[in-house]
Amino acid sequence: MEHIIRIDDLVFEYKREEQLEPVRAVNQVSLEIERGSFTAIIGRNGSGKSTLAKNINALLLPSSGAVYVKGLNTADDTKLWEIRQAAGMVFQNPDNQLVSSIVEDDVAFGPENLGIEPGEIRRRVDDSLYSVNMYEERKKAPHLLSGGQKQRIAIAGVIAMRPECIILDEPTAMLDPHGRAEVMEIIQKLHREGITIILITHFMEEAAKADRVIIMDSGRVVLDGEPAQVFLHIEEIKSLNLDVPFAVDLACRLRKRGVEIPENLITTEEMVEYIACRFK
Amino acid sequence: MIRDITLGQYYPGNSWVHRLDARIKIIWTFVYIVSLFLIKDFWGYIAVLVTLALIIGVSRVPLKFILKGLKPIFLIIVFTFTINMFMTKGTPLFTLGFLTITREGLYNAVFMGIRLVFLIIGSSLLTLVTKPINLTDGIEKLLSPWQRAGLPAHELAMMMTIALRFIPTLLEETDKIMKAQMARGADFESGNIMNRAKSLIPLLVPLFISAFRIAQDLAMAMEARCYRGGSHRTRMNGMKLKKKDGVACFLMLAYLALIVLQRGVW
Repeated sequence: MEHIIRIDDLVFEYKREEQLEPVRAVNQVSLEIERGSFTAIIGRNGSGKSTLAKNINALLLPSSGAVYVKGLNTADDTKLWEIRQAAGMVFQNPDNQLVSSIVEDDVAFGPENLGIEPGEIRRRVDDSLYSVNMYEERKKAPHLLSGGQKQRIAIAGVIAMRPECIILDEPTAMLDPHGRAEVMEIIQKLHREGITIILITHFMEEAAKADRVIIMDSGRVVLDGEPAQVFLHIEEIKSLNLDVPFAVDLACRLRKRGVEIPENLITTEEMVEYIACRFK
Repeated sequence: MIRDITLGQYYPGNSWVHRLDARIKIIWTFVYIVSLFLIKDFWGYIAVLVTLALIIGVSRVPLKFILKGLKPIFLIIVFTFTINMFMTKGTPLFTLGFLTITREGLYNAVFMGIRLVFLIIGSSLLTLVTKPINLTDGIEKLLSPWQRAGLPAHELAMMMTIALRFIPTLLEETDKIMKAQMARGADFESGNIMNRAKSLIPLLVPLFISAFRIAQDLAMAMEARCYRGGSHRTRMNGMKLKKKDGVACFLMLAYLALIVLQRGVW
């Protein structure tokens, strides 16, 4: 499989004024992200997951090591815009990332920056709004929309730039359960359409929907693999003060009581179905 | 309720005046303002009044809405009126103690008063019939020829766009902070002016901090979407002058000619 992102021995340090010792937010991380994959990165606050994400589209540059997007080094100034176009980013706060007071103008912001001709921008804006189910709202002001809707607009703004990869930095952290479900649905749909997804989150249920889970702690990768495999390390995950998905926790407790549960059940839906079938 | 505030004082509509190109409307307003200072007697004002009435009629903005714009400057009008009435030398009409009202004073006062009222109505009409976002686009386009001389036209327009976008966000933020401080016993409503001003400090400090945080987030989000200033940029909705813009332009020239003529002839 082809790698869209390669991270080689990435170290990111920053200096706090009061401390002379620089803080290592990301500590010797090496990763490869396959084209078309859906990766979830989980970790506590301060585990370095957001810093890692900002290194991928050159918002931050490595202190040492290197990050490659489509084979382009993020430290290369001349490729900066190509990298940011290829790896779009959605942020946590839905209010603080929208630029214009009209939805469709905001979605057009990215393509306008890329210097695309007006007719093509129009087409891209309409396509993007359709794909996040927000076409009806295109003339509205963002402050009249719900959090989930605003986050979908932010996603549309990124898709309009036709990226190959989207990095979402805790996109659902500030949303209510309904908004969270809306956004997750869109993310999964984009993944099916072939866009590489990197989802940073602290909701385990969301991570369970990915096809690869990376758990980070103090700037290092602690666990990395398929969700079913990663969530088997239930004790280790709990020792990092993280939860496991409800279904995994339930399966683990049932197993302790001697009930046989297959290992690949990680989402609540799968678990419900399994239990319903077995204990009918 | 704080979410429903209208931005600026735009009166939503789809009239002929609403649909005009923002650039034409801005230039029209400038010509109009200049014309007010070219008028030298009440006959001139009749031309202005007819023009204004026509525009308001076509725009279908209720008169009540327009007159509301006069409220904040009502004091200034009264002040100008009084100063003009008492301070102009000329034939005395009657005397009130040490104050004398002269015939010229009365004339000047009424003349200036009408000028001010027309000035405010005309310029507020621009913001009533033009969406703020179109206004910033229009300003950017009008200023762009001066870009070569070093005027940051795009940056100015971008700043205005962002300011418009974040007015509701900051209002919501203010509301939140105010409630949080009130929950902890802050009192914003009682006391004299000094005390009230002081009680605003616990509101303003967090608000400023939060504005800076928002600015930082936004700057990062804009960079992530490849923003790099005005060069390289294209626009989705390019402004194109249509036939009605030409008509409006012609009407403007006719109006200007009329005003200049009245100054020369009478």
